[in-house]
Amino acid sequence: MTAILEAEGISYRSGSRMLIDSVDLSFASGSFSIVIGPNGAGKSTLLRILCGELQPTGGSIRWNGEPLRSIPAWRLAHRRAMMPQASDLNFPFTVFEVACLGVEGIGRGLSRRDRQCLALDALEQADVAHLAQRNYQSLSGGERQRVHFARVLAQLKAGQSLERQQVLFLDEPIASLDLKHQLSLLQESKRLVQDGLTVIAVLHDLQIACSTADELIIMQAGRLVTQGKPDAALTPRRLAEVFGVELIPPGITSSPWRLVLEEHTCSTSAPRRAGSGIGYK
Amino acid sequence: MTSVALSAHRMRLELYPQKPWLLAALASLVLLVSLGALGLGATGLPPARVLRIVTDALVSPTAMAGGDALIILQVRLPRLLLGLLIGAALASSGALMQGLFRNPLADPSLIGVSAGAALAAATTIVLGDALLAPLIGPLPFMALPIGAFTGGLLTTFALYVIATRSGRTSIATMLLAGVAFGAFSGAIMGLFSYLSDDRQLRDLSFWSLGSLSGATWTKVVTATPFIVPTLLAMPFLARGLNALALGEAEAFHLGVPVQRVKALTIMLVAVAVGASVAAAGMIGFVGIMVPHVLRLMAGADHRMLLPASALLGAALLVAADTVARTVTAPAELPIGILTAAIGAPFFLWLLLRRPGA
Repeated sequence: MTAILEAEGISYRSGSRMLIDSVDLSFASGSFSIVIGPNGAGKSTLLRILCGELQPTGGSIRWNGEPLRSIPAWRLAHRRAMMPQASDLNFPFTVFEVACLGVEGIGRGLSRRDRQCLALDALEQADVAHLAQRNYQSLSGGERQRVHFARVLAQLKAGQSLERQQVLFLDEPIASLDLKHQLSLLQESKRLVQDGLTVIAVLHDLQIACSTADELIIMQAGRLVTQGKPDAALTPRRLAEVFGVELIPPGITSSPWRLVLEEHTCSTSAPRRAGSGIGYK
Repeated sequence: MTSVALSAHRMRLELYPQKPWLLAALASLVLLVSLGALGLGATGLPPARVLRIVTDALVSPTAMAGGDALIILQVRLPRLLLGLLIGAALASSGALMQGLFRNPLADPSLIGVSAGAALAAATTIVLGDALLAPLIGPLPFMALPIGAFTGGLLTTFALYVIATRSGRTSIATMLLAGVAFGAFSGAIMGLFSYLSDDRQLRDLSFWSLGSLSGATWTKVVTATPFIVPTLLAMPFLARGLNALALGEAEAFHLGVPVQRVKALTIMLVAVAVGASVAAAGMIGFVGIMVPHVLRLMAGADHRMLLPASALLGAALLVAADTVARTVTAPAELPIGILTAAIGAPFFLWLLLRRPGA
């Protein structure tokens, strides 16, 4: 697999603080990477730099070998979509209109009808089609998050008319979702990864991160601790060092969490890792 | 997508009507109000006669007009056109500002154009004769509008420069700087009204309440090139403002050239509102009320909201002006009194009536 996105020594300074400190990363095309780390580790900042929103104060980023800085905003919008942590709207847009925002001006040779169909498809994928005519402002936090998931899915789909290799950035996409929708959002993302999409997400739930990711990226205080396969990256020792929590000894594993996860993800996830019962003391 | 899925979607899409009738209805309203404005007044004329006079003038523009035709062509028609232009400019500028600031309460005063224009106008009224006249002789007839236009534009430009750091304009900084400048200009205005004599005070208050009574063909011709570009550019800004409603970062993610949209919106609004204020003084409330009413009726999509605001604003201002010049005839009410006195209660009623408010 070739790298779609490569970061070399990127740093981001805000005032006198280094939010990101010389980080090297490489993302394989068609992989699912999850960024974890304690609060304030620079996870969201890293995502905002990788997607082109923030200019790093040092280092460089290449998309398929092309310097990120030289890619114009409209073209980037065809190559990647970003699902934000939270998004308020002060105007009474309907859910359908919000999904349509994802496809306006994206893609080539699409009629107005085509775009609207893409938006409706995406709303169905994110399980919010039944809310299509509702006022976005009247939705709950979790429903809003799903609407934005639909919006970014629609954007990627429309962008495919111009760019085949795409990246989806998810910034804590499941933070306010109920369990069922947490799983279905991640499954939908995994399905897209199998179709060749590259997904880079920030997550807080380490169990879900380990069972979902192809690669974990562990951040601490703006620095990259490691990038690698979940088993290799998140050792008990690292968990203690980075997060300051210790493992409950293996054997006492059966939280209801674990069971639900495995039932739902068995079709797509990597071979199950035995005895990795991670729990918090 | 398969064709089956497509056709199922086609059927479902019928659930999302685009309301094209709204623009047609508003355009008819503008025509209706215009006919009324031309016919109503000290000399009442039936619509048929009004139409006849206007079409005759269009067919042979050089023919000498007399009597009723003179009233229509030289008095009411320029006033009508100026009212349409300014109403459209104020309402669509309001919608543009609200989109830019992502806030339904924003209006053009936030970018300093009205305060700057008011300050320049007050300076011209109060100090013009004393300070400028000795230098350049009697003040030219257009000194007040030119001063107001320049003052508004310069202020907006200054606020824009203050709020822009390394190529990025901070909307929040611009808003705060605008509030600060508004307070400053209010203080100076207060000082001027304290210093001014009776005639200057009347000029000041008349100007700050707004009026179309000074409408002439010259004013129409002068205001047109400043206002029409804003109206024409609106469709190009609609998509950017829709995306901007999600947030600046989100708009960038969607490929919108955010800084260009911001700069263009601010410039167009400053020019259009500056020209409006210069021609007719400060007319409040149109810019906030019209977009808000339309959002309640037709939703937030700027592709519909911007042209609809221009149409409804034009109709509303002309209707208000017709009332202002007929209700206390032969005297005239300043139009700003009317737009606020009728607009504010109506606005409150709308807010209270809204389900879930």
